[in-house]
Amino acid sequence: MSQDKKKKKMRLSLPEEELMNPGHVGCQGCGATLAMRYTLKALGQKVVLCIPACCWSVIDGPFPYSSLDVPIFHCAFETAAVSASGVKAGLEMVGDTETTVVAWAGDGGTFDIGIQALSGVAERNDDILYICYDNEAYMNTGIQRSSATPYGAWTTTTPVKHFKNRPKKDIDAIMAAHRIPYIATASVGYPEDLFKKAKKAKDIKGTRFLHIYAPCPVGWKSRSEDTIKLSRMVVQNATFPLYEIEWGEKYTLNIKLKEKKPIEDYLRLQGRFRHLTEKEIAYMQEEVDRKWERLLATVEGCQ
Amino acid sequence: MKKVMMGNHALSFGGMLGRAQVIAAYPITPQTQVVELLSEMCADKTLDATFIKVESEHSAMAASIGASLAGARTFTATSAQGLALMHELLHWASGGRNPVVMGNINRAMAPGWSIWSDQNDSLSQRDTGWIQFYCSNNQEVLDTVIQAFKVSEKLMIPSMVILDAFTLSHTYEVVDLPDQKKVDEFLPPFRPEIKLTPDDPHAFGGLTSPEHYFELRYKLQKDMEKAPALIEKTGKEYEKMFGRYLGQVEEYRCDDADFIFITSGTVGSTARVAIDELREEGVKVGNLRIKVFRPFPFEKVRNIIKKAKKVAVVDRNISYGHHGIFYQEVKSAMFGHHNSLPIFGFIAGLGGRDVTPSTFREILGHVQKKDKSEEEIIWIGVKK
Repeated sequence: MSQDKKKKKMRLSLPEEELMNPGHVGCQGCGATLAMRYTLKALGQKVVLCIPACCWSVIDGPFPYSSLDVPIFHCAFETAAVSASGVKAGLEMVGDTETTVVAWAGDGGTFDIGIQALSGVAERNDDILYICYDNEAYMNTGIQRSSATPYGAWTTTTPVKHFKNRPKKDIDAIMAAHRIPYIATASVGYPEDLFKKAKKAKDIKGTRFLHIYAPCPVGWKSRSEDTIKLSRMVVQNATFPLYEIEWGEKYTLNIKLKEKKPIEDYLRLQGRFRHLTEKEIAYMQEEVDRKWERLLATVEGCQ
Repeated sequence: MKKVMMGNHALSFGGMLGRAQVIAAYPITPQTQVVELLSEMCADKTLDATFIKVESEHSAMAASIGASLAGARTFTATSAQGLALMHELLHWASGGRNPVVMGNINRAMAPGWSIWSDQNDSLSQRDTGWIQFYCSNNQEVLDTVIQAFKVSEKLMIPSMVILDAFTLSHTYEVVDLPDQKKVDEFLPPFRPEIKLTPDDPHAFGGLTSPEHYFELRYKLQKDMEKAPALIEKTGKEYEKMFGRYLGQVEEYRCDDADFIFITSGTVGSTARVAIDELREEGVKVGNLRIKVFRPFPFEKVRNIIKKAKKVAVVDRNISYGHHGIFYQEVKSAMFGHHNSLPIFGFIAGLGGRDVTPSTFREILGHVQKKDKSEEEIIWIGVKK
């Protein structure tokens, strides 16, 4: 019996089928490509993607090619959410009620220029899945700060002498305030969790918001082989906790931390934080702790 | 069936009879009644359509493009500031070859805030690759919407159906509502060859290198060039079924005219009244109303005005640093063909200042006095 067990193939935790093909033009160690790959494994082929200006509008490949086996509408920068609403309405009117329509945008297209359309869609509870892959700056245009850029980070528009001195915008809280059926955070370092959330989101009607942490080695000045490490550390040090929010009120923490790691090691792996003094890091640690405690209290309050 | 209705409702009924499937719109004075009636029609199922009540005009056009790409017939309406906010997406609709049909109520651009008519809002969108129809009565508004769907879907180019603020949008007139069955016969359902569907996955609008982009724009222009003949053909077909002809231009008493006014929108109906009066007095005047601004009906204009002694173009718009916009077009139509024809350019009625039959008398006065135009802009009724 023990021999039989040995013969058994390794069990895959994600489906083998790929809807993303070789030939895309993502950079080495790109978190956004992993985010797409895992998400499509969960959503399957009955999907339409609306991709505004972002890394993915390039990664997919130039006209007339595409590296994905699902259709893509490359839409205007600030319109991902509402383009998806339009597509959903159009598909339904021509008899297709099954297809999951996904808005797939970066943090700039979500936190900044696309927030108006996103807010409109969420307020109406239009039946779309909005996914933000968050690499914490305008990476496609060459690493300029966005409102998703964390405190302390260097970017080309927040030079070391004047690094970003405001915290990352809390987009998940903003979305929660819209009382939509489903919000979840995910990280490419936790593919099974991401897969599960994308699958769950697929089957919910109304506006679903998935926020995926996706490292960018080029923009973060990190090593490409550290992408997975960083996207696990960020969860383990509670900088980017993994949780779900249902109807804006019910919070569930998915990855519980027995021992919360300090943020310093995480910061030191990224050149964008190289200039930070101990004092600044201590301040950032305090902020992470404070937010974490608040999240734990919120989660507890829901139980 | 005949019904008394405002111009805005003529747009709504056009959308309804055209069986629009997705409507995404945002309110702006003086367009509001268009979408109010459409939302009622959607609510009580007179019209089987999804109405997306978006948070801005920018989103209205974005949703319209998405719906159109998914294969649905799409209709919206806006005005002035709203149209300007859509600007980026107007390029997106034509560049992506999405045959959205949109009503636009001509309203002057702020500042200062104005809700009254002039054409600078729509004419500012001249180069966005949309077909532009200018209407002069409510019947024409309704008939044009139905034909615009047909023309747009054939060419895969979006259309704008334009009417003046208040003088048309809020003015009640008798409108003959065509029979739905006959409209269905005239306008079959929208069935694009290629659309956004998982059954046949394509990437639309991706990164396009210099190797391909140029050809896409060449094709857009080539299809735009097919519009004049198609509009004439569609107009004749419509006339056969419904008794009303639409085309690129409307000629009024031009045949033997010494002087021809060139107008658009409701200014064109006012011109007809003035012409009848002047003809009674023995002056041989006529009016050429331009109904389609893009593509510009060069050939029609050339053939009609070439026999006149003098031509007066009346613009309710201006291209700052240049002239009236229709004036530029008419001059370019005649250049190299009839260089000696005197063409006078008048600007009147900006920001909703009334244009009345006496405006045309004043214009005629100028034209009769001079052999040729000494100034590029002759201002009518402005307090200098």
